[in-house]
Amino acid sequence: MSQEFKGCDLVAIRDFSRESIEHVMDLAEKMVPVAHGDERCTLAAGYVQGSLFFEPSTRTRLSFASAMARLGGTTLGFDQPGGSSVQKGETLADTIRMVDTYSDIIVLRHHAEGSARLAAHFAKKPVINAGDGAGQHPTQTILDLFTIRKEKKKIEGINVALVGDLKYGRTAHSLAEALALFGANLMFVAPPALQMPKETVRSVEKLGSKPQIVNQVEQALSDADVLYVTRIQKERFPDLAEYQKVAGSYKINNALLKDAKPDLSIMHPLPRIDEINPEVDQTPHALYFQQAFYGVPVRMAILALLLGVVD
Amino acid sequence: MIDHIDVGMALKVLKIIGIKGDNMQSTVSVLLHVPSKMAEWKDIVKIEDRELDPRELDKISLISPNATINIIRDFNVAEKFVVEVPDIVKGIVRCQNPGCITNLSEPIEPEFVVESKKPLLLRCIYCDRIMTDASDYLI
Repeated sequence: MSQEFKGCDLVAIRDFSRESIEHVMDLAEKMVPVAHGDERCTLAAGYVQGSLFFEPSTRTRLSFASAMARLGGTTLGFDQPGGSSVQKGETLADTIRMVDTYSDIIVLRHHAEGSARLAAHFAKKPVINAGDGAGQHPTQTILDLFTIRKEKKKIEGINVALVGDLKYGRTAHSLAEALALFGANLMFVAPPALQMPKETVRSVEKLGSKPQIVNQVEQALSDADVLYVTRIQKERFPDLAEYQKVAGSYKINNALLKDAKPDLSIMHPLPRIDEINPEVDQTPHALYFQQAFYGVPVRMAILALLLGVVD
Repeated sequence: MIDHIDVGMALKVLKIIGIKGDNMQSTVSVLLHVPSKMAEWKDIVKIEDRELDPRELDKISLISPNATINIIRDFNVAEKFVVEVPDIVKGIVRCQNPGCITNLSEPIEPEFVVESKKPLLLRCIYCDRIMTDASDYLI
């Protein structure tokens, strides 16, 4: 193992080396039966997770709570700032200092980019970034990598097409960098107004990737092993008119998938709105619900490593 | 005297130094759009009875990395040096990303890692946004 995990923060995916991410995934593999409820575990008994969700979340928040419970620990916190001192004007720094004294590890989702880095600056305990606005969402990235590795048995050389809101979608940025780190072949599929930001393209190129940039999903479909679809997020757009121009740009349905490889897997961080027609759920291509489940074993592995209850 | 200021940046240099026109007791000379051997054109600012502090020098380096400081005492050049972009830029530039936590009311100074000095590339250590032009974001 290349990295000592105990006490570390996980703010951005680049905080972890490739080897470290592989170690997390190996451990997550062992956590799957516990996450399913087939086995019990008390690795984190007596430990407390501080869960601060300043923005709505279903999967991330619940899977962190489930992960901590499956490890034998407990969770305290809030899922909307309305019930906390934040509403009275408390700074994030002060909220973090307080929660730092009540818990052993802090999980933070906040609307401001860089909020998790700030939290890590003020907290003595490990901080896990559960999404900072349009910034990073590293645990989602690791669970996405885990899902691909589990389904395709490898990541290197796999053709992954990222589709949808690549400009504002936080998962797409982290995932593109991580996939490049693991040697996947990347395609960025988005209308020009929602294409991958320059910084991310530069980052993946630095990692040796040569992403193909296209506007139409049909251009990527025949070669893709994985189609990673993201929601066009209304709340991230600074301008409603800009949102309305691109809303509903991509709709994945069975007619479109006729040209796809038989073993194409479709992933989505969820929630979806109308990007993937429910008829696709019944096909072997649909991997998104399984992907959502993998959030639990992956987050169990991350919590256990950062708490130092496993090596 | 501040020589080799990037053309068009002299007024921003005056702002960095805090010269408003009515708060000085000595002469300030500004030359705009002067022919230059190094670049095609440059600006020059000359201030009497005033030396620059490190914070001011760092700010000038961010908007005009080739600016040269000539300190003249008793009609002789006592010191001459080119400003240098620091490796870490802390507390003198705010992040251009309006969604960055450093632009909210938090008790922290904005901080950037200098990824490249020429051309200038500043990466916010909080939100990771890259800035290439700091001139409109000086604090």
